[in-house]
Amino acid sequence: MITVENNNYQELTDTALKVREHIIRMSTDGGCFTGASLSAVDLIVYLYNRFLNINKDNLNNPERDYLFLSKGHDVPALYGTFAELGLLEKERLKNHLLLNDHIYWHPNTKIPGIEFHSGSLGHLPSVAIGVAMDLKISGSTNKVICILGDGELNEGTCWEAMLVANAYKLDNLLFVVDRNHFQANMRTEDLIPLEPLADKFEAFGAAVKRIDGHSFAELDQAFGAFPFQAGKLNVIIADTVRGKGLPSIQERADRWFCNFNADEIEQLLLELHGQHNTTLTSETLVVR
Amino acid sequence: MSYEELLTQTALANEQVIVMTAENRALVRNLPGILGKRFIDTGITEQTMIGAAAGLALRGRTPVVHALAAFLTMRAFEFVRTDVGIANLPVKLSSFIPGFLSDGNGPTHQAIEDISIMRGIPNVTVFAPADEDDLVKMLPQIWESKSPAYTRINTRKTTYIHEPFTPGKAEVISEGSDVTILTYGLLFEQALIAVEMLKSEGLSVGLINMRSLKPVDEQAILKASAQSKLVVTLEDHFLTGGLYTIVAEVLLKHRTTANVLPMALNEKWFRPALLPSVLEHEGFTGKQIAEKILGYQTAHNQPQILTPEFSE
Repeated sequence: MITVENNNYQELTDTALKVREHIIRMSTDGGCFTGASLSAVDLIVYLYNRFLNINKDNLNNPERDYLFLSKGHDVPALYGTFAELGLLEKERLKNHLLLNDHIYWHPNTKIPGIEFHSGSLGHLPSVAIGVAMDLKISGSTNKVICILGDGELNEGTCWEAMLVANAYKLDNLLFVVDRNHFQANMRTEDLIPLEPLADKFEAFGAAVKRIDGHSFAELDQAFGAFPFQAGKLNVIIADTVRGKGLPSIQERADRWFCNFNADEIEQLLLELHGQHNTTLTSETLVVR
Repeated sequence: MSYEELLTQTALANEQVIVMTAENRALVRNLPGILGKRFIDTGITEQTMIGAAAGLALRGRTPVVHALAAFLTMRAFEFVRTDVGIANLPVKLSSFIPGFLSDGNGPTHQAIEDISIMRGIPNVTVFAPADEDDLVKMLPQIWESKSPAYTRINTRKTTYIHEPFTPGKAEVISEGSDVTILTYGLLFEQALIAVEMLKSEGLSVGLINMRSLKPVDEQAILKASAQSKLVVTLEDHFLTGGLYTIVAEVLLKHRTTANVLPMALNEKWFRPALLPSVLEHEGFTGKQIAEKILGYQTAHNQPQILTPEFSE
């Protein structure tokens, strides 16, 4: 889907802004994983708009690319992107957490475009491996992407899956780490340190690129080079910022999950658009 | 026909079948050479194997996956429940050395809660063949089904020739008015011996090979309960959650009751040794089963003894 000439990222920037708006609007009446999902917005917007062969007409076509969102908390970014792509009616985002729809805190396949349910961490690397294996067996050239959280890398099955991906030389598979440097409640390096992360992946046999996950140019360059090493599992570590786009919640451990009132949502939308530089004093945060 | 021959024949006839193992090749040794890329060994990674099987099933494949029963069910439990069960994918779990078949391995390898935990997962069906003949008669239909399935693999050879299999149907070997033994898996062999001994004592004895534990043959259970004075549930499984529990559920659901004598492992793992010694030590030989039933018959006539003794 990439054209080398297309280095104008204004459209992606505009879409990402809209997706962030959707996430903010979902952060009320029960809330959602606001901080956790804002870090993945640029990555997900980039992937669906420029990289993946996935659109509303081929969702059930076996000859499509696959994206597995193992970091289930990023799902508001996915829903926002789906809404902007036309996979999901925008109106349905208002059904977040309502019984009459299936839009809730973790991905599920009742929403068109979601390939597999997730939420329990460390599961989708292996599911993605199964799909990548079948694409190889079937002679298909489609790509499989699995987005992982850095906190998720605590789960042993991520590393187990990497051993298997390495053994089967799955160069049609790309693990992308949304490296926002936070676990649920604290910084990764303060709880379960991951660095040197690229070295760890390389030691497991992967070909690794580390980029700024908010730079469309860097995303373009890294994904455009995929597979950057044939015969290997490819890994992109996308360094990101938790709560990206909202300075008042950015990089805050306590803004993983947020449940704001209507006034706060309005303030955050203004903040997003840069019209105000507000500081939240909300105590409505809910920790799950 | 052996398990491996059946699997080979099935996989050669159906391109969608994928054979997987978590480095447990004991019964599939010839398949790598025959199936090529359709044989996948993920190494000692039960969890990743199950997740990968789900991914393959998403693409339309039917993965037949092999691992030791204890690890397939317990190590990978959440993967079976979450990746296979929630998604309702046709992953076929072939579980090796379940129950007493792990004889000398010790408690780490004893899968004696597998029926309980696998039947607890929505969409997952559960089967336990009596011997190799039963196994090869059951598996074609289990594999053809679109449901996730857990099968206790049992390749022991007996001289008994089984009836064709229908999922959800038990195999009624005999009917009896005094006692009916309900069983599954390798204890079927011992049950056959027990039945002969009980018959020689003049009892009218029924024997039912349950085969399919989920869905279960409720009518067979109800009929046996209605026509026999005593129903025996015989299983190499914990007392909790297995056939005894299933029978209790069925009777209660149909608002009926019966004299039920459970023979199972009550709150204990079994003493590791070679299989014949295990059976003897734990009281599960045909002779011991018959004696316990005869003892219960006697005890049952003495109102002061209200419950049978299950444990050591």
